Amino acid sequence: MKVGLFIPCYINQLYPQVGIATLELLEKLNVNVAYPSGQTCCGQPMANSGYEYESVGACNNFVDNFKDFDYVVTPSGSCAYHVKKHYDIIPQTEDVINVRNNVYELCDFIVNILKVKNVNAKFPYKIGIHKSCHGLRGLRLGSCSELVGPSFSSIEDLLNEVEGAQLISLARKDECCGFGGTFAVTEEAISVKMGKDKIKDHLDSGAEVITATDTSCLMHLEGLINRNKQPLKVLHIAEILNSSI
Amino acid sequence: MNHSKAASIFNKDEKKVDWHDKALWFVRHKRDKAVHAVEGWESLRNYGHGIKAHTLSNLDNYLIQFEENALKNGVQVHWAANGDEHNKIVHGILKEHNAKKVVKSKSMLTEECHLNPFLEADGIEVIDTDLGERIVQLAKESPSHIVLPAIHKTKEEVDELFQEHLGTKPSGGDPQYLTGEARKHLRKKFISADAAITGVNFAIAETGGFVVCTNEGNADMGAHLAPVHIACMGIEKLIPKQEHLGVFLRLLARSATGQPITTYSSHFKKPVNGNKMHIVIVDNGRTEQLSRPDFRASLHCIRCGACMNTCPIYRRSGGHSYDATIPGPIGSILSPGKDLTKHSSLPFASTLCGSCSDVCPVKIDIHSQLYKWRQIITKETPQPFVKKTSMKMMGKVFAKPMQFERIGKVARWSLRNLPKGVINSKPNVWGKERDLPSGPTESFDDWYKKRKDNEQ
Repeated sequence: MKVGLFIPCYINQLYPQVGIATLELLEKLNVNVAYPSGQTCCGQPMANSGYEYESVGACNNFVDNFKDFDYVVTPSGSCAYHVKKHYDIIPQTEDVINVRNNVYELCDFIVNILKVKNVNAKFPYKIGIHKSCHGLRGLRLGSCSELVGPSFSSIEDLLNEVEGAQLISLARKDECCGFGGTFAVTEEAISVKMGKDKIKDHLDSGAEVITATDTSCLMHLEGLINRNKQPLKVLHIAEILNSSI
Repeated sequence: MNHSKAASIFNKDEKKVDWHDKALWFVRHKRDKAVHAVEGWESLRNYGHGIKAHTLSNLDNYLIQFEENALKNGVQVHWAANGDEHNKIVHGILKEHNAKKVVKSKSMLTEECHLNPFLEADGIEVIDTDLGERIVQLAKESPSHIVLPAIHKTKEEVDELFQEHLGTKPSGGDPQYLTGEARKHLRKKFISADAAITGVNFAIAETGGFVVCTNEGNADMGAHLAPVHIACMGIEKLIPKQEHLGVFLRLLARSATGQPITTYSSHFKKPVNGNKMHIVIVDNGRTEQLSRPDFRASLHCIRCGACMNTCPIYRRSGGHSYDATIPGPIGSILSPGKDLTKHSSLPFASTLCGSCSDVCPVKIDIHSQLYKWRQIITKETPQPFVKKTSMKMMGKVFAKPMQFERIGKVARWSLRNLPKGVINSKPNVWGKERDLPSGPTESFDDWYKKRKDNEQ
């Protein structure tokens, strides 16, 4: 099994530690993982802003980098969802179809492809999970509170096996944090209010750490936490799963 | 005013926002309890979706069948291509019957066509009889929600409004007292009405009958007391058969308010002896929306309002910030079809979280349609120069790995070295209430290359 690692643009530049944790975690799980050096971005920032046609170059670059892999794994539910859902913008060659079928969010890949739940991590803290929307309702990484059906969650499956980790439950377990890409800027007032409310839910529930499958949500929440000097840390789930504190 | 600006104004009073958010979340929570108690809820949604898709694909035939059957029942049928025609038809019927006082049971269609001011201009008194609608009518506002039209008003605000208009005593916002007074006031209006106007929740092609759902019984009170009943419906309200009604009545009430069924699901088929019944069937942009393959499913909507209650943006921006008859997520995919320029900010008033699509009882892919409208809006309406240019530049940078690396390096250096005052200065909206991440000295690319070099 040949796995290509996709590190989203902003993680690459601003949160390299998330990329490092992802790579180390996959290597610990004996995955044959390679990082193609010509990668940039999945194209989502332009597309979600209504400029899908400006993202064609990014989409083609993505496919060129990952077409020869059996799986593409990324520490971002949002990017994986974008490739799956919105790559209609480019001609559907065999390479494009393969990349779209084979792109996986990290937890999804570990639980549903590798069939592993225990990654031998240790992290003795109270963890609040922020279920990032694109992973949750786009990739169905877990059951959604709106739908009637059995309860499941790849993220919780993994965190439940982490030694010392205590998962706390939120009042609104799958409410959006208000990031939403350029929404965070164009609808600043609402975005900030949503983030503040999300943080309050975590604090009220006794969380020490907020984790998520998407660093973008965490960047928004961390920005508010730091500005308001609140007693919470944010960590991408890869950092917790790669942890042995 | 665009959505973002209106929402920022609404957000100045954070306590009110919290209250609005909590009130609507309460309804969403009630809805969850109600739907999780129904075995086969998801099959019911599929069924509802299927019936709607089928009806819209055969709408011409079902409309003709409905008209034929309604005429057989002794109902007069009228067709209106737009809001203006609708208003003129209703006005004509009222004139014909010399009706001066009209009681209306909540109809978003008459709101959409701006019927009230049209009739009032000719001296006709129009009283909205749904309590929430009456409250916003007294306040000279439009409904801010399609099921809970006055949800943006506190009971204290209603108290003041009633004192001013109904002459009530100050009660500190006592709901029981206020409802009692509203009841007395409305009863008088029902008794003296010359005509009743109602909306239509479902019209049945097979029988020519229609159903109106209310919790206050105001549609029945109006229609049964007045000698003339005018029912106004959009063409998409049609369902093929009586047997399909059970699907939608089960879906509607649970999704709207978490009730198993609305208190009154009133079936109207023919006029009572000596009375008149009219149906006005309205297009007003619906066939145009039907002609857009990406957006036709927006016409599945049964107006339950569940997407508004679940929408984290709607809950924190209030319905009026959408500046449209139908606000919230569903309104944001319906309104651009009517006026792309006026409503161009609405599809962007979303994080595309997808909760609206999952909560929708007839499975409208609302968030996907929001995404699709965004693509059209940036091409067909004027866009801010800065946004357009930055997107173009971003597109170029992300297509070329070398450029991406160079720009990334500059960005990280700036975050590390520029003073906070410069970083969080006015042009950076992000920094108004949020810190930016600190720029790390090396990117993942840098780290990976170093590791590779060390391995060799």
